[in-house]
Amino acid sequence: MLRYTLKRLVSLIISLAIASLVIFFVIEVAPGDPAQFMLGLNAQPDTVAALRAELGLDVPKWERYLNWVGGMLAGDFGTSYTYRTPVAEMIADRLWVSLPLALYALTLSTLIAFPAGIYAAARHGHPGDVAVMGATQLGVAIPNFWFAMMLVLIFAINLRWFSAGGFAGWDEGFWTGIHSLTLPAIALALPQAAILARVMRSSLLDILGEDFMRTARAKGLSRRQALWRHGVRNALIPVLTIIGLQFAFLIAGGIIIEQVFYLPGLGRLIFQSISSRDLIVVESVVMLLVFAVIVVNFLVDLAYAAVDPRLRSRT
Amino acid sequence: MRSANRRAAPGPKGGCESARPVGADRALPGGTAGRSVCLAIIAKATRMTLLAIKDLSLTIHGAPILKDVSLSIAPGEIHAVTGESGSGKSMTAFAVMQLLPNGAKATGTVTLDGTDILSVTEAQMCSIRGSDAGMVFQEPMTALNPVKTIGDQVAETILIHKAMPPAAAKARAREVLTRVGLPENRFPLSRYPHELSGGQRQRVVIAMAIALRPKLLIADEPTTALDVTTQAQILDLLKGLVAEEGMGMLMITHDLAVVADMAHHITVMRRGEVVESAPTGQLLAGMRHDYTKMLFAASKHQVDLPERPAPAPLLEVRNVSRDYRLPRTALFTPPGMYRAVSDVSFTIDRGERLGLVGESGCGKSTLTRAILGLEEVQAGQILLGGEPVFTGHKPNLAVRRKMQVVFQDPFGSFNPRHRVDRLITEPFHLLPDPPTGTARDAAIAEALTAVGLTPGDARKYIHEFSGGQRQRIAIARALIIRPELILFDEAVSALDVSVRAQILDLLADLCRQYDLTYLFISHDLTVVRSVTDRVLVMKSGEIVEQGATPDVFANPRHPYTRDLIAAAPVMPDVTEGAA
Repeated sequence: MLRYTLKRLVSLIISLAIASLVIFFVIEVAPGDPAQFMLGLNAQPDTVAALRAELGLDVPKWERYLNWVGGMLAGDFGTSYTYRTPVAEMIADRLWVSLPLALYALTLSTLIAFPAGIYAAARHGHPGDVAVMGATQLGVAIPNFWFAMMLVLIFAINLRWFSAGGFAGWDEGFWTGIHSLTLPAIALALPQAAILARVMRSSLLDILGEDFMRTARAKGLSRRQALWRHGVRNALIPVLTIIGLQFAFLIAGGIIIEQVFYLPGLGRLIFQSISSRDLIVVESVVMLLVFAVIVVNFLVDLAYAAVDPRLRSRT
Repeated sequence: MRSANRRAAPGPKGGCESARPVGADRALPGGTAGRSVCLAIIAKATRMTLLAIKDLSLTIHGAPILKDVSLSIAPGEIHAVTGESGSGKSMTAFAVMQLLPNGAKATGTVTLDGTDILSVTEAQMCSIRGSDAGMVFQEPMTALNPVKTIGDQVAETILIHKAMPPAAAKARAREVLTRVGLPENRFPLSRYPHELSGGQRQRVVIAMAIALRPKLLIADEPTTALDVTTQAQILDLLKGLVAEEGMGMLMITHDLAVVADMAHHITVMRRGEVVESAPTGQLLAGMRHDYTKMLFAASKHQVDLPERPAPAPLLEVRNVSRDYRLPRTALFTPPGMYRAVSDVSFTIDRGERLGLVGESGCGKSTLTRAILGLEEVQAGQILLGGEPVFTGHKPNLAVRRKMQVVFQDPFGSFNPRHRVDRLITEPFHLLPDPPTGTARDAAIAEALTAVGLTPGDARKYIHEFSGGQRQRIAIARALIIRPELILFDEAVSALDVSVRAQILDLLADLCRQYDLTYLFISHDLTVVRSVTDRVLVMKSGEIVEQGATPDVFANPRHPYTRDLIAAAPVMPDVTEGAA
């Protein structure tokens, strides 16, 4: 297991190094000079040159790459061209919204999807299964922004249980923060839960047809016991893969939901910095997201090994 | 529900040498030992039948599967149910365990130790399964949960029945695993199934089935998926367990040699019905039913091969080795190599029928792929008619078209969406100028006729044919370009004995008609003995013995060959009784 973890860790570091190279150089080749852009079309050439020097744009590319990577490793993401504030601070502020929101949504989606998927598989072909499948079909089909608006209409405007948008910040207390993230989390979670439930169901159905399930029944386990003791853990591998992908999506992909609920999250930050050609912010946020995806994949790999002993011994 | 059988059940129909009652030594906690011994002695006089199946009929979604099946098993008795695929032998076993597919409806009575299994609730059935009746399955590779240790899986049988506290259950799991031949020093409880071989996994499955000393052990084709030497060990183990524990055993198998060797009583089934049932000695001495006679005759079927022509080499395999790269263990060390075939040399003469035997993993299939030019070899040369099958990292098409292959699985080796004519003309792709129009039709008609089908079958789809017919089509596909060499890779292993006999006869006919040269690869010694002139014995990538088939079987020189021949169950000599 240690050997497996180390190997995964090495591949994690290599992936990060390659990703940082690709991100840096792809964004560098994008047309448009940030200094020129910030100063406007009528700026004097020497003013632009001065700003370029200030922003560190006048040194060779590879040197800037090394500075950028070195800075990130030291926690310094550079300074935003537009806002003139440290990028690290901007990202940290947004991350305090996006990361809890993603975790919250993922928890909800897992809590809904696991029971639904397992129930549907256990009742395969019966009305319960058909009902769950119908509901998940709907969950996949409905766009989440429409769903978000319906939530606002019902729970914020009519029932007044939640506020319609905005985020009070964590200073007001943990539960207040959770309260204001609840509607967005539900809106994000439901479509994900629908997909996850379908994956759980089909994966479990495959497992239920395996020979060892029959062996379990021959030992005297009831259908239910066999399902829980031998089925669920074996069915987890594809489910874990999907959870990993969903988490990566949830961190940054919630831009529409952030927009609907006026949340100051990462998605909106990316959107704003792209439109103002704030390259250093885009680079940093993209790198951060790539980092998140790679780390999540690493965790998923570890989870695979925890679930399946065959992976542990295959060094 | 688990009470002693109070009915004075009739004794077993035939003489059963080792029939002895069970029960006195069943280790269940909380039992007052003295009293249960007393009960056992009383029961001994009355309980002679452990399992009684009477007029069992079964339908699945209305389709009849079993019709009025009756049989009975006494404690300590091995009762074999045999028959070809579709005979309902496995369904009979599953009916006893009540592990039937959805939509199954059973009528009649199945009485296990006084309990009518067809009338108890599912919850009661759960307490019978694993405790009173254990079951061993055909496919050991998939019968165990891959994510749980073998110790947990064996202990689960005990814990699920709350027969012992966890610590005692673990100790019992250890004890029973040791009993089935998996000692603690080499097989600790913490092992996972993927760390064990097929035979070892089957031992774990057996340990799970016998952990609570069930009265009845059901074994459904327990050794069909295993190599012959492993099969012999597992059969010995089962025999020993039955004798030791006094269990009754219901053994389902298609292998008549195993049946004749193991069973005290044989029941022969066909199409869901019992055609004949008698004590083994009596049945072998005088079979009453034609179907039984046919089955035994087909199992021993010998074909009549034509004389082989004068030796002239066709395929020459010279010092061939095939290495596989192992996964890297560390980043900067070169990956290890595994030598699957090691320095193998042999020749096949024109018109010769060569056999290749060996157990799984010995390199048979690797060698087959190398001969077909599907993979490059790392050392040595393979020549067909003096030309190499592999030139410059590519298969040599001019040579490739002179060879064809017939695979084991008659169900998986055809594209279900193509018609037979398209399927069997596939090798035409190898030809520079494939026949078209009437020439093509004539070739199809001839190939189909040669294998005993009709030209009219050309427009059918593959699902319209039975397993045996599909294997005929596979042979037609191999024949259609008149190859100089055909490779039969376990080509009859998946077939029922009666169908197998017909296909072997067909081979002999084709030898006469087309002067076939073939390499017949099989784990089944009986078949190889019957359809080959010469035989190679392969072990761990090397050919350990070769020689004329009758000589090798009569006087095996290598110890491994001797082991193989000794382990193979032998069909008894059968004297036909008056019908």
